[in-house]
Amino acid sequence: MVKVRLWGSLRHGADGQTEVEVEARTFKELLDRLAEAYPGLEPQIRRGVSLSLDGVIYREAWFTEIGPESEVVLMPYMTGG
Amino acid sequence: MSLDEYTRREFKQVGTRVRRPDGVDKVTGRAMYGADATAPGMLVGRILRSPHAHARVKGIDTSAAEALKGVKAIITGADLPAQEDEFIRDVQDNCMARDKALYDGHAVAAVAATDAATAKAALKLIKVDYEVLPHVTDVDAAIQPGAPVVQSGRTLENVPAGMSENVTSHSEFGHGDPAEGFARADMILERSYRTAATHQGYIEPHACLASYASDGKADLWCCTQGQFNVRTLCAAIMEMEASQLRVTASEIGGGFGGKTTVFIEPVALALSRKAGRPVKIVMTRDEVFRATGPTVHTSTDVKIGMTKDGRITAAEATLRYSGGAFPCGTVDMGAQAAFAAYDLDHVRTYGWNVMTNRPKEAAYRAPGAPQSIYAVEATLDELCQHFGLDPLDVRLKNAAKKGTKSSYGPTFPDIGLTATLEAAKAHPHYSAPLKDGQGRGISCGFWFNFGGNTCVSLNVNTDGTVGITEGNPDIGGSRASISLMAAEELGIPYDRIRTIVADTSSLGYNDVTDGSRVTFAVGLATIKAARDAIGKMCGRAARIWGIDPEAVEWKDGATVPAGPNAGKFPPMTLAEIAAVSAETGGPIAGHHEVNADGAGVSFGVHIVDVEVDRDTGATKVLRYTVFQDAGKAVHPSYVEGQMQGGAVQGIGWALNEEYIYGKDGRLQNPGFLDYRVPVASDLPPIDAVILEIPNPGHPYGVRGVGETGIVPPLAAITNAVCRSAGVRLHELPMSPPRVLKALAG
Repeated sequence: MVKVRLWGSLRHGADGQTEVEVEARTFKELLDRLAEAYPGLEPQIRRGVSLSLDGVIYREAWFTEIGPESEVVLMPYMTGG
Repeated sequence: MSLDEYTRREFKQVGTRVRRPDGVDKVTGRAMYGADATAPGMLVGRILRSPHAHARVKGIDTSAAEALKGVKAIITGADLPAQEDEFIRDVQDNCMARDKALYDGHAVAAVAATDAATAKAALKLIKVDYEVLPHVTDVDAAIQPGAPVVQSGRTLENVPAGMSENVTSHSEFGHGDPAEGFARADMILERSYRTAATHQGYIEPHACLASYASDGKADLWCCTQGQFNVRTLCAAIMEMEASQLRVTASEIGGGFGGKTTVFIEPVALALSRKAGRPVKIVMTRDEVFRATGPTVHTSTDVKIGMTKDGRITAAEATLRYSGGAFPCGTVDMGAQAAFAAYDLDHVRTYGWNVMTNRPKEAAYRAPGAPQSIYAVEATLDELCQHFGLDPLDVRLKNAAKKGTKSSYGPTFPDIGLTATLEAAKAHPHYSAPLKDGQGRGISCGFWFNFGGNTCVSLNVNTDGTVGITEGNPDIGGSRASISLMAAEELGIPYDRIRTIVADTSSLGYNDVTDGSRVTFAVGLATIKAARDAIGKMCGRAARIWGIDPEAVEWKDGATVPAGPNAGKFPPMTLAEIAAVSAETGGPIAGHHEVNADGAGVSFGVHIVDVEVDRDTGATKVLRYTVFQDAGKAVHPSYVEGQMQGGAVQGIGWALNEEYIYGKDGRLQNPGFLDYRVPVASDLPPIDAVILEIPNPGHPYGVRGVGETGIVPPLAAITNAVCRSAGVRLHELPMSPPRVLKALAG
C-alpha cells in the first residue's frame, strides 16, 4: 500500500481525508486506483494532476515506479511561463 | 527521471561566455521575426473587436463589407466549429467570440483583404448588433453574490454552493493546525493586499502568416513560445490532422509566458481557408494590450504569527485571483508557492479563481507566485520591523531546507535557499550605508521549474561539424546553451556546432518554451543525444580497428582504446570518424526523446535600495542585487540576463505597470505611453550573483533560471519604499499618486 497525500481541497472527494492509501506500483496505477476508490477525485484527475515522488515533481510519466516507503504527494498540474 | 543524473566534473566549455549565435542576425536586422514573413498573393488580415466589456452578440451583418472591392474573406465565430473539449473551446472562444463578447477588445469578426486600408475600411462596414450587459472588472467585486455573471456553468465541483457563479475553482494547501501555531505567537499580523494585472510587455507584437492550400494542407509561420502547441491548438480549432499543419516559429521578440497560446493564428488560418490565399495578421500594440493575456489581478489576505525572536509559528493566506473572462488555474500555483520558502509547522493557503470581464490570462514568468509571495514577504517584513529584527536573519531562521515539509506538500530534497540568503547577507550591498531618506528592502522568491516533453536530433556532418535540431523557440539564449552542452559532451569546439529550431514537421513533439524548462530539459536531451552519437562513433572506430565496441571509449573529442588490453591505436577524432562515415555504415546521428522530470526548485533573494521623492511620490531605484541558485550556469551572461530581466519586470510591476479600467469596463491605457514599463534611465545597473548548487536531476547540474527572478522584486521594493517613506503600501503598483496618497495619510 502507498500513502498518498492530497491537497486540502481534494478532501471533499476522498471522504474527508487528506491522506489515503491505495495499492499501486506506478504513477498510472496510482491514478487509476485513486479514481476507483474515490470517484470524487476522478474529475480532478481527468483535468490533470502532478505527482511528487520523494520530492521530485512529475507531470506525467505513467511508468514511474513507486516504492512502498515513497513519499507520494498529489499536486495540481504544474504550469509555467 | 531520477536524482542521480548529476556527476561532478570539470567543465571545459560549459560555464564560458561564448559568442551568441543569434547576435549578428539580430543587430543587422537579418533575423526573421513574426511580422517579416511574406508569401505570394498574401492578404492582410484585420480583426474587429468589441467596444463593450460585456455584451451579447445578437447578430453580425457582414454584407456591406463583403461587397467592398478587395475584400476576400470575412469570418465570425459561426465559421469555427463547436468544440466539445472545454480547454480548446475556451482558447477558440477567446480568439473569436461566439455569442457573447466577454471583455473590451474581444474579437467578434475578421477580414482578409488585398491591402491594409481595404481591410480597415471593411471592418467599419461590419454591423454588430450588441445587447450591452452589466459588467464586472474587479476581482473583489466579481466574487460578491449578485455580481454580473461573466459566464454561467463554469464552476468546478470544489466550489461550495451559494457563491457567485464567477467563482470557478477553489484550492487549499498546507499542513498542521494554524490555530495552534497562532496561539504560540507573540504577535499575529493580518494584512490585505492587491496587485494589478500587468502585461508581459514583449516588444514584438503577435504576428503570423497562414497559408491554407486547397488540398487541406496548411503552413503557419508565427512568433510563439511553442510551435508544437500552436499546432495542437490550431489543428483542433481547424479540425485538421496534425500532420497536415506545419508550424514554423520565427525569431521571437520576447514572450515571458504571453506567447504560450494562440490569439490570431486560428483566425488567420480560417481566413486563408476561406479566401484560398495566404493571410498575414500583425497585431497593433492596442490589440496586444486589449486582447492578449496579461497576468492575473489579485486580492490577498495574509496572517502570520511570529515569536519575538523571529520564529514563524503559523501562517495563512487567502488568495483571490482573476484570470479574466475564463476559468484559470493560476491561483493554485500562487497558493502553493506563497510560503514555499519557509519551514513551517502550521501553514494553510486558500485559493479562489474568479472570472471578470477582462482578457483571458496568459502565463507570465512564474505565474501566480509573484503576487502571493509579495503579500507574504511584505507581511513578514512588517513583523521584522515590529520586533526590530534583521529581515535576512529572520528568513535564515525560518528558511526551508533539505528535509523540510514544504507548504505545498512534498519534502524538499537538497535546495539552495540558505546558501542564497547567506550570500545576500555576506554581500557588500547588504551592509552598505544608506543616506537619509533612502530605504533598503529584501525579499525571497521561489519557483518550481519544470522539464517536459523534449526531442533532440544531433547530426554529425562529414566535415566534422555538428548540427543540432531542437524544437523550442530560443527566447533566453538556448541555442548557445545547447551548443555549449553538446560541445562539452562531444569534446569539440563550440564554434563547430550550429543549433537550429525546427518546425513541427521536422522533429517530434516538444513542449512550449516555458516553466524555465529549456536549458534543463533540452540540455539534458542534447547531452543524451550526444552520448548516443558517441556510442555510434565508438562502434565505427571499433570496426575500423577490429576490436570490440566495449574496448573503445570517448576522450577529448576522439575515440581511444579503453585500456592497454584493447590494443594500440592512435585516437580517431570526431572529424576523422565523420569523414569516413559513408564507408563505415552511413551518416552518424544521435537522438534523444524524453518527458523530463527532476527540474529542481529554485530560490532567489533580492536586495534593493530606493529613495522616495516626498513631493512627487516617485520612487527612484538606487541599487539592486539579485542572488539566485542557477544550478550550473551554462552560459553565465545569459543567466545574468535572465536574473536582471526578471528584476526589471518586477520593478515595473511594483512601481508603475497596471491595467486601468474605466467605469465603462474599457481598458484606459492600452499603449506604452500610458502603461509605463521601466526604461533604461529608470534603472541602476542590476548586479547578478549566481549561486551554482548542482541540480541532482541533470547530468551537468542545471536548473531553470527564467522565472524565479520576477518573484522577489514586488515585496523587496515594497519593503524598501516603506523604509524610505515611512509608510507601508499594500497595493501595487506603488505609482506616484498612490505613494502621495499614503504619505498624506
